[in-house]
Formats: sequence, C-alpha cells, structure tokens
Amino acid sequence: MLMKLARLSLWNRRGTVLMTWLSLTISIALLLGIDHLRTEAKNSFTSTVSGTDLIVGARSGQLNLLLYSVFRIGNATANISWDSYQRLTKHPQVSWSIPVSLGDSHRGYRVMGTSTAYFEHYRYANAQPLTLAQGQQFNGVFETVLGAEVAAKLGYQLGEQIVLSHGVGAVSFSQHKDKPFTVVGILAPTGTPVDQTVHVSLEAIEAIHLDWQQGAPMPGRQLSAGQALAQDLTPKSITAAMVGLKSRMATFTVQRQINEFKAEPLTAILPGVALAELWQMLSMVENLLLLISLLVLLAALVGMVTTLLASMKERQREMAILRATGAHPWYLFVLIQLEVLLITLLSMLTAALLLSGSLLLLQDSLAANYGLFIGLNIIKLTTLYWAAGILLLAMLLAVIPAVSAYRKALADGLTVRL
Amino acid sequence: MTVEQPVTDKPKIPAIELKQLRFFYQPDSWQLYLPGLRLDAGEHLFVRGASGSGKTTLLNLLSGIARPVSGELYINGQPLHQLSSSKRDTLRAQHIGVVFQQLNLIPYLSVLDNTLLSAHFAGKHQAESRARARELLSRLGLPATLQQSRASALSVGQQQRVAIARALLPKPTLLIADEPTSALDTDNRDAFMRVMLAEADANGCTVIFVSHDQSLLQYFHRQLDMQKLAQGVQPC
Repeated sequence: MLMKLARLSLWNRRGTVLMTWLSLTISIALLLGIDHLRTEAKNSFTSTVSGTDLIVGARSGQLNLLLYSVFRIGNATANISWDSYQRLTKHPQVSWSIPVSLGDSHRGYRVMGTSTAYFEHYRYANAQPLTLAQGQQFNGVFETVLGAEVAAKLGYQLGEQIVLSHGVGAVSFSQHKDKPFTVVGILAPTGTPVDQTVHVSLEAIEAIHLDWQQGAPMPGRQLSAGQALAQDLTPKSITAAMVGLKSRMATFTVQRQINEFKAEPLTAILPGVALAELWQMLSMVENLLLLISLLVLLAALVGMVTTLLASMKERQREMAILRATGAHPWYLFVLIQLEVLLITLLSMLTAALLLSGSLLLLQDSLAANYGLFIGLNIIKLTTLYWAAGILLLAMLLAVIPAVSAYRKALADGLTVRL
Repeated sequence: MTVEQPVTDKPKIPAIELKQLRFFYQPDSWQLYLPGLRLDAGEHLFVRGASGSGKTTLLNLLSGIARPVSGELYINGQPLHQLSSSKRDTLRAQHIGVVFQQLNLIPYLSVLDNTLLSAHFAGKHQAESRARARELLSRLGLPATLQQSRASALSVGQQQRVAIARALLPKPTLLIADEPTSALDTDNRDAFMRVMLAEADANGCTVIFVSHDQSLLQYFHRQLDMQKLAQGVQPC
C-alpha cells in the first residue's frame, strides 16, 4: 500500500515530477558520462603505445621526447646519430628497435621515416599489432603506407601519388615535388596517432633530402628520383627509437646505460611512466569537469527537494487524510523518502540508458576525430559507487521535505480544511 | 453535566468515557473543559457548536491526535490520556473512524483503495478487508463498477459515502463525523444521515456527530452543546 501510495501520488503530480526526473536524468548522465570518459580517455591515452620498453632520443625532457615521438606533437631538439643507433641495436639486451625519423609532413599530417620493424613490433592498446586494411608494407624507397585517418580524410586510394612537404606546417612552401611517393598500403584504424601518420622508409627520408641543405634546396644541385636511388641512402641520423628489450628486468639498467652514453648525449624514457606523468598534468582539467558535474547534480537534487517542499502545501489534505485514517507521522516521513527514492532510481536508470545511447552514437566520431577509444560498458565498480553516493545524497536531502511532512502531521492534526 | 439524557450505569465497558477533561494551547488563553461524558457502544451523540467553540479541539482529543492537559479519557476502556503518541495512532487506526466535512478521499487512489486505507493502517488482513470493503461500498450505494474508478470522479455525496465505508471498514468502536453533510444538499443530506446511522448500527459502532446544523438533531438520542461547555472562552 505504501508503494502504491508513493507511485500513484507521483503519477498524480506527473507534471512537476517529469521535470524533476528530466533534470536529474541529465545531471546524472553528465556526471556518469564525465566519469566514464575520463577513465576511458585515460585508458585510451595510456594505451597509445604498448610493448615498447624504452624510447630513446637526443638529450631532452621525458615529456618532450614522449610528445614528439609518440604523439607527433612538437619537434625534436636534436637527432641521434646513425652510429649511436647502430650501437644501441647491438646492445645484448635489445631484442628489437624501431627507428623514427620525423620532420616532414603531407598536408598537415606528419611523415614518419621508419623501417619495416615498425609493422612488426609496434604495439598499441592491449598489445595489439598494426594491421594493414589494404595493400602491403613499403618495399621500395618511394613508397608510402598511410594511417587510416590520412587515407580517409584526404580520400587516397592505393596507387595514388603524393608529394611530401618539407617541415611540419599545414601549408608548406617547400615541397619535395620532384620525388613523389606511391601509396602502397593503408593501415587499419587504431585510435592512436598512428592513424594520422604518413609512413615511409628511412631511405626515403634520406633520398628526398640528398639535394637539400639546412632546410632548403641546394642551388645548382638537383637529383632526380632515379639518380637519388643510385646514391648511398644510409641515414646519417634519426629522431628517436623505440626499443624492446629481451627482459623487462633489464629496463632500468639499459635506461641508465643509455642516459650515461659517452659518445652522444641521449635520453631513454619508460613510455608508461612518461604517459602517466603527462596524464597527471591533464588530470586537473579532468577533476574540474568532475567537480562541475557534481555541482550540476547537487543543483538538480536541490531542485527536486524544492519541488517536493512546494508540493507539501497542496498535499496537506492528502497527509491529513492519511493521518486521520491512522497513519503515524513516521509513515508520512517514509512515504516522502520512498517517493524520492523512486524518482532518483528512475532517473539513474534513464541516465544510464541516455549515456549508453549517446556513447553508441558518438563512439565512432570520438575515435576518428580525437583518437579516443571509448568503451560502451558504463557499468563498473566506480559507477556503482557513484550510484550509491547519488542515492545517499538524494535521501539525505529528502529528509527536509520528509521532516516537514512529519512535523506538519503532528501540528495540524485533523484540522485541514479548505 | 450537559448530557441531556440520563446515563444508565451498565457493568460493561463504555465505548468512550471522559472525566474532568481539560485542554488548552497556552495556560492563559482559551481552554476547553469537559466535566464528564460516557457513551455506551452503539449510542449516537450530536455535538452542536458554532465555529470557534472548540469542536475541532474536542475531535482532536477524542481521536488521539491531541493529548489532554489534565483529566482522563478512555476509548473502549483504554486510557488514551496515558498512551504515547505512537500508541494513540495505533488506537486511532483500530478503534476510531473519521469522516470529514468534505474532501475525505485521496483523489488519485481508486474508491476501493481509499476504503482499504483504514484497514491497512489498522493492520487488518488484506484479502478479508477487500471483500468486506466491496460489501460495505455496495451497501452504501457504490456498485462494483464505481469501486475501481478514481475517487476524484465521484460526486460529493458519493465521496462522503466512501468516507463512511472507509471509517467503518476496520470495525471501529467509535465513528467521528465532523460536519459531513455541510457540502450536501437537503435530499442528499437526509439520505446520507440515514445510511450512515444504519451502517453504524449494523456495526455496533458509537457515533459522535459534530455539526452546527440544529435540524440534524432529530437523528440522535443525545446531544452535547459546546457553547455551554467551553469555559473562559476567548473569541478566536
């Protein structure tokens, strides 16, 4: 009977209840959504690179090295000489290494010179390897493999010819026009910066810069693509290298050895640690968002209490009838609490549906535009904590109208009349 | 004593008995004083008084909502003046039925559910109460088709009859009616009075009927005039 009373009473006031329900649904969805996004974004972010034990570059800060080598943000301060890289690959603990050579671009997308070790050893997310959606790895010098987004956004097909630009600006005035590249492969989407990268071989990077000096074509020296192939294309330097070790245990030893390398000042970083540090810097924004959504939730709950308090006046008669037929004031208290419980539970349910629905709709565009891989499953331990917290807060705030009902019941007695 | 008819002493427990009952909100203001009253099971009492004469206060005292400042009050032999607020609520649920002036029903509940409320609070068996509620409603002229409709769909006269059914459902000792006919026209009023008193008699229920309408006195064996009772009355 108590349940029936609460249910039907809410239904009787469905106009105001609907608005309360709506505002609660939106605010709960917002809170859960932001909580979900930050967890998922963190996962997606920290899974940009996996399986790599060390990233090696010229001496610099670890964030700088991480940003340019993994996220293609910013520029390297200096390069690693080819000799040093060769010595690194011969280190007894090193199992594999991927050279990375940056500095050129194609219509705003970074060009990365690398070796085929990249396709073999690069891992992202949960140790997932790169897969080719179409075509094959590059074999020849003037061949390129495009990231999924590059191909999709620029509408490139296999066999098309593209021209690389010198430098990393979206608009470049110095183009490597004389040495066009043929698209031979397109990678499957990964949700990482790999999607936004144009991959070529190290030799290609060397070849297009043969007749260049200090960032500009050398006057009087022009080599055609054919002539370039005849030259020695061994790179003189690379920007960075990703290294896999034979044993994880050796990570810190090898890191120290690289950092203390005598011939050249180098820095080796642990990508996991650097990613975590980077995320720390972003977490302030994330916490701010969470705080805002908490305040929005609080506002919605206060709104609900206000509505309930306002309705107490028109429900005076209802309360007096219950009281006259024998209801103890506690019964009225529990009735109000039950109504709040029903509204809040209903709102949480619809918020979960709303959130799942929007994630389903937005998942693809988030992955494509922001490189964020957001999972659809919003039910996890923290969600349950949030749900419990929201319920508790709602019940706590509901004490205000409930006590009002209780006290009115004691004071008014049977005297309510119109 | 202002009870007009002589009180017959019987060995059985009176339905309601009060002695030297005194009530006030503040010591220096208005107060209500009842030297004595005793009603046996099945007796009907007409309480007459204009507004402000303390009728409502008396009803609050009799139904256990308010507690007397001094004096004794027994409902079915139980000392109401000594019981805790929660025990008084239970007693009210089980032994006292209340019918208001108007707006007796919760508009969003069905007629049947409105009736069942009293049995719910009295802690009566659900299925049994349901059968009895249907029977009571039918006898009061509310057929099964009406019993499922929302209370707000009924006419005022019908609503007042549902209120009687609800009040009588848990077989109370005492039925308190607070000007239940004031919203009814003369024809409806007479029909209502007959049906109410007949059902009260059928259930062996004592009735305390409060009204300022002198013409209703004809239905009652006894009357109590509030005007003569209230002492130190200050107009409010």
